[in-house]
Amino acid sequence: MPNFTSRLFIRGVLFLGVVYFLIPIWWLLTASTKSSSELFSSPPLWFGEDFVLLDNIVAVLTRQDGLFVRWMLNSLIYAGGGAIGATLLSAAAGYVFAKYSFPGKGALFGAILASILLPASLLVMPLYLLFSSLGMINTMWAVIIPSLVSPFGVFLARITAQESVPDDLLDAARIDGAGEIRIFSTIALPIMGPALLTVFLFSFVGIWNNFFLPMVTLNDAELWPAMLGLYFWGSQPSELNYHFVITGSLLSIIPLAIAFISLQKYWRVGLTAGAVKI
Amino acid sequence: MTTTTAVRTIASRPPRFRAVGRTTIRRSQRRAIWLLLLPFLVLFVFSFVVPLVYAVVESFFTEKRSGLGIGGERAFAGFVNYVNAIQKTDLLEGVGRVLVFGIVQVPLMLIVALALALAVDALKGNYPKFVRLSAFLPYAVPGVIAAILWAFLYLPGTSPFVAALASVGIDVDFLSSEVVLWSIANIVTWTWTGYNMLVIYSALTGIPQELYEAAAIDGAGAWRIAWSIKIPLVAPALVLTTFFSIVGTVQLYAEPTVLKSYSSAITSGYTPNMAVQDVAFGLNNYGVAAAMAVLLAIGTFVLSFGFLRLANVITARRAAA
Repeated sequence: MPNFTSRLFIRGVLFLGVVYFLIPIWWLLTASTKSSSELFSSPPLWFGEDFVLLDNIVAVLTRQDGLFVRWMLNSLIYAGGGAIGATLLSAAAGYVFAKYSFPGKGALFGAILASILLPASLLVMPLYLLFSSLGMINTMWAVIIPSLVSPFGVFLARITAQESVPDDLLDAARIDGAGEIRIFSTIALPIMGPALLTVFLFSFVGIWNNFFLPMVTLNDAELWPAMLGLYFWGSQPSELNYHFVITGSLLSIIPLAIAFISLQKYWRVGLTAGAVKI
Repeated sequence: MTTTTAVRTIASRPPRFRAVGRTTIRRSQRRAIWLLLLPFLVLFVFSFVVPLVYAVVESFFTEKRSGLGIGGERAFAGFVNYVNAIQKTDLLEGVGRVLVFGIVQVPLMLIVALALALAVDALKGNYPKFVRLSAFLPYAVPGVIAAILWAFLYLPGTSPFVAALASVGIDVDFLSSEVVLWSIANIVTWTWTGYNMLVIYSALTGIPQELYEAAAIDGAGAWRIAWSIKIPLVAPALVLTTFFSIVGTVQLYAEPTVLKSYSSAITSGYTPNMAVQDVAFGLNNYGVAAAMAVLLAIGTFVLSFGFLRLANVITARRAAA
């Protein structure tokens, strides 16, 4: 155990860290309770004289016939649907990489991992042209299909299958006459379950945050995810719309914040895997 | 193709039944491999391989515009697009900018993350739990929102910092051309420090307790243990977080794109990704944009694998010493 002065120092470091992490969030909370004009006239890190949080929320939700609600729903569809698909595909692929051997396996796995390094701009432009020629530009598919591919998910699923699914169990099932697909879906998948929730969470956040791809492939505002919509609102800085941008930002991070705090345990699985395995 | 260390460690541990002999790979297993792998592979090819090939091919062609603009003749252009990408676009400037950014921001962020992780590890109990939670919260804030939030914290009218600094006689314009790159660095640092801290902290909790006890018996104090045991043992986590930070830095996009509306110092080709997008969709010059993107990809590979190689060499040398 460190001595008293060291501990005081350590506490000081942690305190500064926490202040740094929380100040912007605190600012967002207080700013959401202010009218646009009070943003400038009241103390920046405290509440103003009028507490208009509810008015601001109503204003955001009803602006342009409830476009914001639409954006949040779209985000849920993209991130929810994309993450479910990405998790299942990653689980199956990761399981194959962990439990079977076939020619070219190492090279294929290497190529999948290396794809993490490809710049978004390299992929987005050809995807735009590809979706255009398929008539899928400006449809939900243009966002969902690329979201279904998660190289990091395959990596995580492979580690999980390697560590948690015993080969003996698979061999025993084979001797009992179970087919390979059945073994995967009824034996391996349930064992991999908790770690797959981690894959789901990481994909969900990745898709929720993405805005490069939707910005290029979607021009109909009705199809935008929340990030693109808020970017658009924020790209017209004016005192008249500040409260829309600020309160909208607050509303848009609430679902993720809840998911983070309530599912902490599963995040740690991913973080540990990342830390130990490379 | 070179593979990451991760791939190598895993690939060197082949699945058990391979040892039994190749005859055990029955037909049913071969079918299962295809059935389970195919859905992922098809989409992987569609979303990664085809775009990559397309961009590489496109980078060698130019579209000769006819007088009316749209359409025109495709012609093989050799490396003309590459020459143009380097000479006539903001690419190099953007690359230089993210390099300066990365050289300062990545080490700074990881040193802070390491310090915080060591601090949390030193104090066991409920207090660190709160610290961990608040450190993770910024990661739950998407890059776009983080940038919007900080934009308001930088804007003179709404910023608590500008006012506070002005009251002690310091005038800062966080959105001016001299400062804005570091204002962006702060946003990235704010988002990722906690995440990286938790990765490092996870590695710290994996260190066997006996090592500390042995060191304490040998007379090592808390600081000495942190320096000589904890930090070397979390080196793999530091390598990993640095690797991903390098990749993220090269890809810098959301934060400067959002801040662009608040700062005239940010141009449409401020970072490499923004420059590619600008040439592709602003100027509709796909050939040059493709060449820029390919150059950027090559640069990313060289940088990130160069770093991994360097890390391996250092680790090997330390192990030999």
